[in-house]
Amino acid sequence: MMIITCPWCGPRNETEFHYGGEAGVAYPADPGVLSDEEWGRFLFVRSNPKGVLHERWSHNAGCRRWFSVHRDTVTHEVGPAR
Amino acid sequence: MSWVPEQPDRVWRSAEPKRRYQVVIVGGGGHGLATAYYLARNHGITDVAVLERGWLAGGNMARNTTIIRSNYLWEASAGIYEHALKLWESLEAELGYPILFSQRGVLNLAHSPQEVRDGMRRVQANLLAGVDAQWLDPMEVAEVCPIVNVSPQLRYPVLGATYQPRGGIAKHDYVAWGFARAASDLGVDIIEHCEVTGFDRRDGRVIGVRTTRGEIGAQTVALSAAGHTSVLADMVGLRVPLQSHALQALVSDLLLPVHPTVVMSNAVHVYVSQAHKGELVMGAGIDAHNSYSQRGAVHVIERQLAAAVELFPVFARAHVLRTWGGIVDVSPDASPIVGLTGIEGLMINCGWGTGGFKATPGIGWCYAHTIAHGQPHPLNAPFTLDRFTTGALVDEHGAAAVAH
Ligand SMILES: Cc1cc2nc3c(=O)[nH]c(=O)nc-3n(C[C@H](O)[C@H](O)[C@H](O)COP(=O)(O)OP(=O)(O)OC[C@H]3O[C@@H](n4cnc5c(N)ncnc54)[C@H](O)[C@@H]3O)c2cc1C
Ligand SMILES: [Zn+2]
Repeated sequence: MMIITCPWCGPRNETEFHYGGEAGVAYPADPGVLSDEEWGRFLFVRSNPKGVLHERWSHNAGCRRWFSVHRDTVTHEVGPAR
Repeated sequence: MSWVPEQPDRVWRSAEPKRRYQVVIVGGGGHGLATAYYLARNHGITDVAVLERGWLAGGNMARNTTIIRSNYLWEASAGIYEHALKLWESLEAELGYPILFSQRGVLNLAHSPQEVRDGMRRVQANLLAGVDAQWLDPMEVAEVCPIVNVSPQLRYPVLGATYQPRGGIAKHDYVAWGFARAASDLGVDIIEHCEVTGFDRRDGRVIGVRTTRGEIGAQTVALSAAGHTSVLADMVGLRVPLQSHALQALVSDLLLPVHPTVVMSNAVHVYVSQAHKGELVMGAGIDAHNSYSQRGAVHVIERQLAAAVELFPVFARAHVLRTWGGIVDVSPDASPIVGLTGIEGLMINCGWGTGGFKATPGIGWCYAHTIAHGQPHPLNAPFTLDRFTTGALVDEHGAAAVAH
């Protein structure tokens, strides 16, 4: 079980959290100007590194707030929230 | 319990990498090996190497729970999985190798009125697609599998099930070895401990791979790397819509025969069969987060066992012998991605996620055709990478029985 540090509640068990996938994926400023390919990429393609991933978690069973961490997808080491 | 055939010391010829091949397949799992075999057998293309970074079938091929079925909802899916099932039915004779394919039937349980409606709909769709399918009420479920608890008192009672009598299981490592041996006999080079670390390109075209055992040229490089596809695709700047997750399974100690079929439940998320030697083989769900570590969280196993014991009270006396994980490549519509990549000389086969074992002979057949002709086989044509641009998804996620 991973221990994830919620910025508001501190270190808690992974089972209290909900996974939100890659962080920093902004909604396109003007979707109308995107090509089909660009739109498809926004909808479906996310980073999938073997290594550090910047990702979203929500503290579902706690304060219910969202935050981002850097986590290594091989070692599961979770870096500081930001 | 049943007899499991002894293995010879050496099943295939181990080869030194040559400087170049007509086709280089990256990944020595079931799909890569089956593809190599059918390239040689169906298309006479024997100048082929299968490169495997670890040992043969050390990826998902020998980590899966070996469930084979073809009762998917959509025509495109039923097409490729039924093609595979037909090949399974004669594969042992084809390969001249024991694979312990056992058509003991697959039950997909329904636990809510919505699942009952979905299951009935899928049975009808399967019948129209030429796939054997039946709808069973709870008493009929108990006849097929007497150890399932069909009491209405359950938290998630069994309200019925779809049944595919031709579904079943096979012995996954023997399947890999059988394909490896047959491909090797036809002249394919199987090269283990050879990791692809980069691609050689000329004028945009892929012309070979860099590996831990030197550079190897190729007319076509065909990826078949399951959970590691994104790592390889990133090396050539190809963006594929995949997320890698850990998926776990476990076996119990050896028991006398208690479980005659395969039972899968989407709602409580457990799927279980009893292997030839007597161990119960059970699969869990994926860990929610991305992962490349071949081990999953214990709480996922705990949840799955709680569900299993409620559904099969006799399992309460069994012991967990071993648990393990594999890295599965999950696509947005839970369907595979097969074919051209937009990069000359590079083909892709991935996205089979939690359910690609059953497809092994079928995808080997179709991917070989795609490589030989430079065009998709009709059965994998719906599964192109560019469906994520056109929007023509094959959405099995909610539609199929369960993911496996
Ligand atoms: C726990 C579990 C249970 C499952 N249960 C079922 C089931 O019941 N039914 C079903 O149909 N499916 C099931 N699956 C899914 C199924 O196992 C996979 O979809 C299928 O095995 C994928 O194809 P493969 O055999 O070719 O993959 P793999 O065996 O994973 O082959 C890919 C190979 O590529 C190699 N590779 C990766 N990167 C490189 C590189 N850079 N260079 C060289 N080689 C590389 C890997 O080492 C690996 O051996 C399950 C999976 C898991 C993990
Ligand atoms: Zn919190």
